Amino acid sequence: MDQFTLNLLVVGATFALYIGIAIWARAGSTSEFYAAGRGVHPVLNGMATGADWMSAASFISMAGIIAFGGYDTSAYLMGWTGGYVLLAMLLAPYLRKFGKFTVPEFIGDRFYSQTARTVAVICLIIASVTYVIGQMTGVGVAFSRFLEVSNSTGLFIGAAIVFMYAVLGGMKGITYTQVAQYVVLIIAYTIPAVFISLQLTGNPIPGLGLFSDSVATGQPILQDLEGLLSDLGFKSYLAQSDTTLNMFLFTVSLMIGTAGLPHVIVRFFTVPTVKDARSSAGWALVFIALLYLTAPAVGAMARLNLINTFYPNGTSEAALSLAEIEAGVDAQGNDVNWVNNWAKTGLLSFDDKNGDGAITYANGDANELTVNRDIMVLANPEIAQLPGWVIALVAAGGLAAALSTAAGLLMAIASAVSHDLIKSQINPNISEKGELMAARVAMAVAIAVATWLGLNPPGFAAQTVALAFGLAAASIFPAILMGIFSKRINNKGAVAGMLAGLITTIVYIFLHKGWFFVASTASFSDADPLLLSIKSTSFGAVGALINFIVAYLVSNATEEVPADVQELVESIRIPRGAGSAIDH
Amino acid sequence: MANNGDNNAYWAANKRIIGISLVIWFVVSFGFGILLRPVLSGIAIGGTDLGFWFAQQGSILVFLVLIFVYAAKMNKLDKEHGVDE
Repeated sequence: MDQFTLNLLVVGATFALYIGIAIWARAGSTSEFYAAGRGVHPVLNGMATGADWMSAASFISMAGIIAFGGYDTSAYLMGWTGGYVLLAMLLAPYLRKFGKFTVPEFIGDRFYSQTARTVAVICLIIASVTYVIGQMTGVGVAFSRFLEVSNSTGLFIGAAIVFMYAVLGGMKGITYTQVAQYVVLIIAYTIPAVFISLQLTGNPIPGLGLFSDSVATGQPILQDLEGLLSDLGFKSYLAQSDTTLNMFLFTVSLMIGTAGLPHVIVRFFTVPTVKDARSSAGWALVFIALLYLTAPAVGAMARLNLINTFYPNGTSEAALSLAEIEAGVDAQGNDVNWVNNWAKTGLLSFDDKNGDGAITYANGDANELTVNRDIMVLANPEIAQLPGWVIALVAAGGLAAALSTAAGLLMAIASAVSHDLIKSQINPNISEKGELMAARVAMAVAIAVATWLGLNPPGFAAQTVALAFGLAAASIFPAILMGIFSKRINNKGAVAGMLAGLITTIVYIFLHKGWFFVASTASFSDADPLLLSIKSTSFGAVGALINFIVAYLVSNATEEVPADVQELVESIRIPRGAGSAIDH
Repeated sequence: MANNGDNNAYWAANKRIIGISLVIWFVVSFGFGILLRPVLSGIAIGGTDLGFWFAQQGSILVFLVLIFVYAAKMNKLDKEHGVDE
């Protein structure tokens, strides 16, 4: 069976599974549509949260970022997992007790202010829409590489699948599909990693293999890699090259941004009790950690394999020749067809500038090889010469990661529009049936917009992820935290704080990336930032601090919080009674 | 239904558990993984140093333990204060 048929079979089987779940898990009420009827088991919710959270960026890009960034990129590993500790202890249990449907709803009720709710809706929509663009482009890339259809056909197929289970089933359909998608994506991620770890170190667990000795040299593989990188003039893998201040703030921003992303928070509204919300955050991190403990191993090992492919006899001997690439096999008999396969996609390119007939891979002007970091995961099975079914599995896994996150984000957008705008502000008398229809229409529109953005991605798509995390970190996380842990923060303080955090963060990002991401209007660059060594991607932590300070000062200068709202705060701190909120 | 004084004691106990957990959370990630890495550089592990291990793996493992210990402690606390479900 050829590779294309194999890809088609594996991806087709997973899609059939998702559609089957969509038909089984139709939503009949707003509670089922917004919160899956609050009947999801905490372990299953943890799995769904894992798929919701782990996007195309986690699955496809993260290992590549680590492979080329080394130690500095540990911020992603700590940031994207440490946020769950904050969720479990500071947000999820109390928001579950609150027992409503959306994040803006909590902010609006706690700060007894439609303005606060509207600011939260705006943050939610900007953060979620920017995030969804990346997922849709990921779907297109995976389809075009593995299923040989055009980028746009791939996007339409993906959108049609999401449409089926998201519009029919709402949160209920999305949750159970995400459980299946998690299983697909984690198998797809770990199997190639296990094979590669066995090949390189003899240890079947990639996370342990990373710190083991190489079968070939007898040295720790990290030392092998460090030596090769130094021979070729690349920066050290193990040493820190970023400033400590920026790395610290970047990690803080990713952590509190993770905890503040609305599509993650709403997952904890779906479990039956407060107790389940706490343990579910733990299970979510278990399922996320399975990938995140593997990713640094995939990164380091893929970089090592990449260098070894181009220097089959070591860096002091001749590099891979054009003739060998053409033939698809090197002098030792290793299969190097993947170089040509990926050159066709444009994600890898080489140019024998000095005309010596070989491809030099090194830091500086002599370099003749350009590698897109996303290849590190997508081409990994081919680089390591794994069987065809593993390659098909990676295609299905990448699609599962992108589709599951897209669905979660679309759900957050649709419920913000139907529940926080239509039901709360435009037509409060809407019937449950009417609201359910509005939610379905909002979802369909959101999918159409996301597909259009996927077809015509704005040039700044990659940079907007920083904006999503910055907004969540600087506006949403502090507002919810203060709403739960302080009875003194009032409506004026919360609105002033959110706006201060939001505006300073957006302005700081625009000053460095250009106003509305038009690069020519940037006044500063991340290489030489405005404040100390704080890059625009790390500013969310500073924005959050500004939010806290402004909210505190304004609240202290204005009136006390009304007694009934203080009682609301008292009540969300106590778990008893959360079950009754099911039928509120 | 528990009275107000008891609810305050429950909330104070919750905040104490959160405080201790977050100190550990900070030390293993921002501490061992970033700020204290130079101090730990003498401790070798698998071809690198302990700080690198904490930054790439150790912190995640500790986060996992922290959440489950917190959940277990809170379940116990809920029962002691009669606010469980």
